[in-house]
Amino acid sequence: MSTKLKRFVFWGLFFLFIIYGFFIYTLGTENDGGKRFLTEEAKRGKLLFQEYNCTSCHQLYGLGGYMGPDLTNVISDPGKGESYVKSFIKNGTPQMPNFHLSETDVNALTEYLNYVDKTGISPVRNFEIRYDGTIMQKAIQ
Amino acid sequence: MKKEVGVFFIFLSIVALLAGMLFGSLSAFQFVFPGFFDLLPFFKNRPLHVSLVVSWIFLSAIGGIYYYLPKYCNLPLFSRKMAVIHIWLFIVTGLLILTCYLFGKFGGREYWEFPAILAIPIFISWVLFAFNYFKTVFKKIGQWPVYLWMWATGICFFLFTFTESYLWVFPYFRDNLIRDLTVQWKAYGALTGSWNMLVYGTAIFVMERIKGDETVAKSKLAFWMYFLGLTNLLFGWAHHIYIVPTVPWIRYLAYAISMTELLILSKIIWNWKSSLEQAKKDYYFLPFRFLVASDVWIFLNLILAILISIPAVNVYTHGTHITVAHAMGSAIGINTMILLSSVLFIINDVTKFNFPKIQKNIIRAGFWITNISLLTFLTFLTIAGAEKGILVIENKLSFRAIMQEISPYLISFAWSGLGIFIGLIMTTLPPLIAMFQYLKKK
Repeated sequence: MSTKLKRFVFWGLFFLFIIYGFFIYTLGTENDGGKRFLTEEAKRGKLLFQEYNCTSCHQLYGLGGYMGPDLTNVISDPGKGESYVKSFIKNGTPQMPNFHLSETDVNALTEYLNYVDKTGISPVRNFEIRYDGTIMQKAIQ
Repeated sequence: MKKEVGVFFIFLSIVALLAGMLFGSLSAFQFVFPGFFDLLPFFKNRPLHVSLVVSWIFLSAIGGIYYYLPKYCNLPLFSRKMAVIHIWLFIVTGLLILTCYLFGKFGGREYWEFPAILAIPIFISWVLFAFNYFKTVFKKIGQWPVYLWMWATGICFFLFTFTESYLWVFPYFRDNLIRDLTVQWKAYGALTGSWNMLVYGTAIFVMERIKGDETVAKSKLAFWMYFLGLTNLLFGWAHHIYIVPTVPWIRYLAYAISMTELLILSKIIWNWKSSLEQAKKDYYFLPFRFLVASDVWIFLNLILAILISIPAVNVYTHGTHITVAHAMGSAIGINTMILLSSVLFIINDVTKFNFPKIQKNIIRAGFWITNISLLTFLTFLTIAGAEKGILVIENKLSFRAIMQEISPYLISFAWSGLGIFIGLIMTTLPPLIAMFQYLKKK
């Protein structure tokens, strides 16, 4: 394999990667179902989520830690919801520390989780497996 | 120190590995016994563990490159001074990061939980490394062996993907969760691939030296395998975000690309068949033993990787402990085994130190304890993950009920993790002492 061919393959792959990245940054991810719920408070809640390292224990869309539950749909989960979330954040549990957050911070975090809830579903429980190993997600979970 | 910069990197890497394993073991017990060692809660322990173990991988791989280039490739470093600045930048930033974690100062994201400002010195240290590496290797006339390509690729893509993983600081990315998660995991997927390039390049280099055969690293096959690996690095990451509602083609492309890993799998099986006799002969050489172990873990981990790339399987395994098994299998089974092989190779080389029989036996026992514990560790994680997946999807149980069901497996996983830690202490302590004595003398 000549050096010229190696360089060609390398730069070819790199060029494709850049184009691919451009589509991921734009068209591939423009669908945000929760957009109208992204208030200024929710934006601040997202930064608080990072500041308190919530992701070390919790997941969003199955990504994050394993100590606590996935929080993607905790707001719309029957029997849970906003007041349930607020009470956990305020008081902590034997597993979860009480971070002694102010009322405003608790509200911001809840608002962020409300936005997350509207963006999609996790975990996916209602689906159909196709012949090629892919899945078709159904609307009702 | 200027002359021994590679060895100093390796020395620090072992310290980082042992410290990382200590925090990892604490985290594992906190995971199964809430309230255990409350002085350092889980949300601080986990980033300490992850950052130190990632540092082990980078420091040992970089140390190897700084050592091998002048000594074996006849390529004196362009600037030793720059390499020294590199390591001091790394040490100072590393200490700042650890302090932030200990005091609960976060602000970043999973794996880079430290405040974003600390990403700047990390980036600068890699720019210095890249500059030094390319100024050094461009002196080489004639065909580059594949490991020089792999190291170059690892360095370039680290810089690219590390930057990409910080795009969240811009509201355009941060204010759309779907885009934010997708870009974050695109970056992480390729970032892992970039350090794999550094590590696998090291494996090929060490193997070439042990065998004394320089043709393998320049063969056509080696380059096709490298390009296949690179393609997977660039486009095969999306199994992390199959359930995130992006456009479908992102998933289909990743699925198709991931299946090309079957070619790598077949190649491993073919290699085993054809080189068994030689492997038996070299097995008694310690660095080679670790390379053989990594080969077995590559095989097992690749099967798992291919399976979780199939969307119908991924829907059950995503967000479960099977993902952890996959990550740990790569980090310990593959990367750590290869890097330990490189570390032992360098120690033999620099110190001309023949370990006394008792130390050799301790390393050998450590090797077996690590590998057997890793096997049980991954088995329990896989069982726990599979059961969790079924209980979530089919039985629709609550988180608490699921954790109760799988807790026996998780307790066994924590004890196996302690076994890995003990095994790694036995494996790395004699080399660490030898290296310390060597550096002290210098």
